[in-house]
Amino acid sequence: VAFHALIVDDSSAVRAFVRASLEERGFARVEEAETGFEALRLLASNAFDIVIVDVNMPDINGLELLAFMKKSPRQQAARRILISTEVGKLGTQRGMELGADAFLRKPFDVDELRALVLGLLSGTQEATR
Amino acid sequence: VSDPRDNVQQEFLVEAQELVEALSRDLLLLDEAHHRDERIEPALINEIFRSVHTLKGIAGMFGYQHVGAVAHALEDLLDDLRLGRIIVGQQLLDVLFDSVERFQHLLSRDDPQSTADDGSVQAFIAAIRNVGPEPQSEVGDPLDKYAIEAEVLAVLTEYEEHRLRACIREGLLLYRLRASFELAAIDDSIERLRVDAEDDAEIITYLPSMEGGNEDTIELVVLLASRVPEPELRAQFESRYGVIDPIAERTHLPTLPPQPTSIPAPAKTVRPSSDDESIQPSIRSVADSVRVDIRKLDHLMNVVGELALVRSAVTRVVDHLQGKSVSRQSMMDLDRIGRTFERQLSELRTGILDVRMVPLGQVFNKLARIVRQAAREHDKQVRLVVTGADTEVDKLIVEELTDPLMHLVRNAIDHGLETPRERDRTGKPPEGTLALNAYHKGSNVVIEVEDDGEGMNVFKLRDTAVSRGLLGADVSQELTRQELLNLVFLPGLTTSERVTDLSGRGVGMDVVKTNILRMGGMISIASEEDIGTKITITLPITLAIIRALIVTVAGRTFALPITAVREAIPYVRREVKTIQGREVISLRRETLALCDLARLFGFRDAPRDGGFVVVGAMGNRELGFVVDELHGQEDVIIKSLGQSLSSVRGFAGATDIGDQKVALVLDAPALFTEYFESPEVLRTLESRA
Repeated sequence: VAFHALIVDDSSAVRAFVRASLEERGFARVEEAETGFEALRLLASNAFDIVIVDVNMPDINGLELLAFMKKSPRQQAARRILISTEVGKLGTQRGMELGADAFLRKPFDVDELRALVLGLLSGTQEATR
Repeated sequence: VSDPRDNVQQEFLVEAQELVEALSRDLLLLDEAHHRDERIEPALINEIFRSVHTLKGIAGMFGYQHVGAVAHALEDLLDDLRLGRIIVGQQLLDVLFDSVERFQHLLSRDDPQSTADDGSVQAFIAAIRNVGPEPQSEVGDPLDKYAIEAEVLAVLTEYEEHRLRACIREGLLLYRLRASFELAAIDDSIERLRVDAEDDAEIITYLPSMEGGNEDTIELVVLLASRVPEPELRAQFESRYGVIDPIAERTHLPTLPPQPTSIPAPAKTVRPSSDDESIQPSIRSVADSVRVDIRKLDHLMNVVGELALVRSAVTRVVDHLQGKSVSRQSMMDLDRIGRTFERQLSELRTGILDVRMVPLGQVFNKLARIVRQAAREHDKQVRLVVTGADTEVDKLIVEELTDPLMHLVRNAIDHGLETPRERDRTGKPPEGTLALNAYHKGSNVVIEVEDDGEGMNVFKLRDTAVSRGLLGADVSQELTRQELLNLVFLPGLTTSERVTDLSGRGVGMDVVKTNILRMGGMISIASEEDIGTKITITLPITLAIIRALIVTVAGRTFALPITAVREAIPYVRREVKTIQGREVISLRRETLALCDLARLFGFRDAPRDGGFVVVGAMGNRELGFVVDELHGQEDVIIKSLGQSLSSVRGFAGATDIGDQKVALVLDAPALFTEYFESPEVLRTLESRA
């Protein structure tokens, strides 16, 4: 069964990159959200295995989404990856406090992304066993 | 569809291009605000930062290291700017504008890893780093003034936190707006809130909360900063959105526990405004658009062309059935279906054409940057006035227009507009005006580039043409003022003694003209000495489809674009006179030159009586095309003749006209040029003298 993933980023190139990297060989089913609002809509009605969020978005930022997911009963099992850049050092620090499971620093490559997702998801399976 | 990675790469290039364009657009706004000493909107600076930030992120992921490195350096600079560590100045603006050019150059590289740019990129990054921050001393943290929950502070980005501080420093009051939104329509509702808040409040951020939400709705806490006192803000927002709470200022006794915030009554759920019926609650994304490869649209257009053929095949079958043993009712049904088919087909075609349309503003923005840059390089003051930026034309035309327009704008600033001192001498205001106007005229779009500079000296033009051997001295004396002006379009003629880096880029007006003609357009010039110059370009709105007059010449079918056709009259051989080896007729007491297509294409050697003269018009010239038969007007889809035939002059392409027959589309502008401007014609003029 493919994993259910959500990528939240306002850059369509990043979303396309993440989707192509994770959907190869049917590894994951990836949904995309361009804004925090769109993400809220998807989070309200889906349970995701993994949610990848860019910290720097207009309106609702990645930190606010993390805080929301932490409280959302539906998303308790989801692993959360925060995409950050060195500019937002503060963001990384706050993300950690808000329960991010891992961080991805832009620019990242396919292998980095896959390794991180695989590592997190195998962790999930162990924990539920 | 090949390797999915290629598509992702394409996605990158498109987005990168868009980001650079957005950056360029915002920089022009920033530049304008700075030079007018206006307040610079924090949102504008943040937009500029965000474009560069996103570009940096994706450039690294897609292997564009140089783009990434430049964006990185800029991002640091812009981060300092948006966090208030430095202020906008000339040096900063220069670096930012230069970066737009540099990004475009780097993105156009076929090999993004190429080391060819290493040196220049390093030098540019050094220049960026050289824009030094001017540290500002801060006294105390203004955030301490307010009792903001740690929970809220914990989810702010550095920038949001900075805006919060900046607003407090400016003396704004902080508020919390708690409102519940329908998830399905949240984008519309937020957009409405944004518009409502625009004048009175800055929205710092939106915090989604778990309270009061369910599968269909969500409660957001919106953090606002505003000058408006509480009662008024309540009056403005509470009835429409939800509960407004001021965030309390801390008392001077920090030992006191913070005032408990009252638990507000359940907020009302915000629905899209009911007085606007056009907004229906729907699952919509913020960006209601998709990007489409223009080739896919070309393909669809071809399918439409095929469908048109199917339609005419059906008509023929129906005609064939007439009088056969088919019931009258069935015939009527067939006829009705046929007509519906045609109507829907035409709608489909219009729809596809509409999708291809983009506003000319896309090019105008690029030009605005060039104007700024060129004016600075030449110490000229230029006011750019743009009208009709929302005029839409086919995407392909916009692409093709960029270079010619760029050249015209450079010309206008380099050669047309004078320096402030020169202008002062002739009693003009120091600031020159360059106008870019666009508007629709029938099925054409007209673009004007107009300056109030020194204009052209037609005698200087004439002398230059003669001295370069482009024109005989005798002939030159007979040319009208307009004909002399038209000399600027001759290859090898330049009006300026100065060679500058602005227009000395190897593109002359002749190339501009060739490019415009290739698109099926026209270019004309008007100029008065000391008053200014106006170049007018007329283009078809779309390249893909044109209305054409179908004609036959010696049994072969041709399509003549209707934009070039004024009228058709019977051809009577005995009315033809020969002047200077050219056949002419008299039409309403004017002489009309004739171009016998059958003889031009070598189908016949001798003229033939009968047939028609199709009077073509381009600009202020007329030419009569002699044809055998007229077959009415049709919308035709132009298809390229392909690489091997691209050098054949006189044809714009080919088109299907049903019955699996193909007609060549005549290239009216090329025929006109051939007839009026070929060297042979000038020689003929000369021999006459």
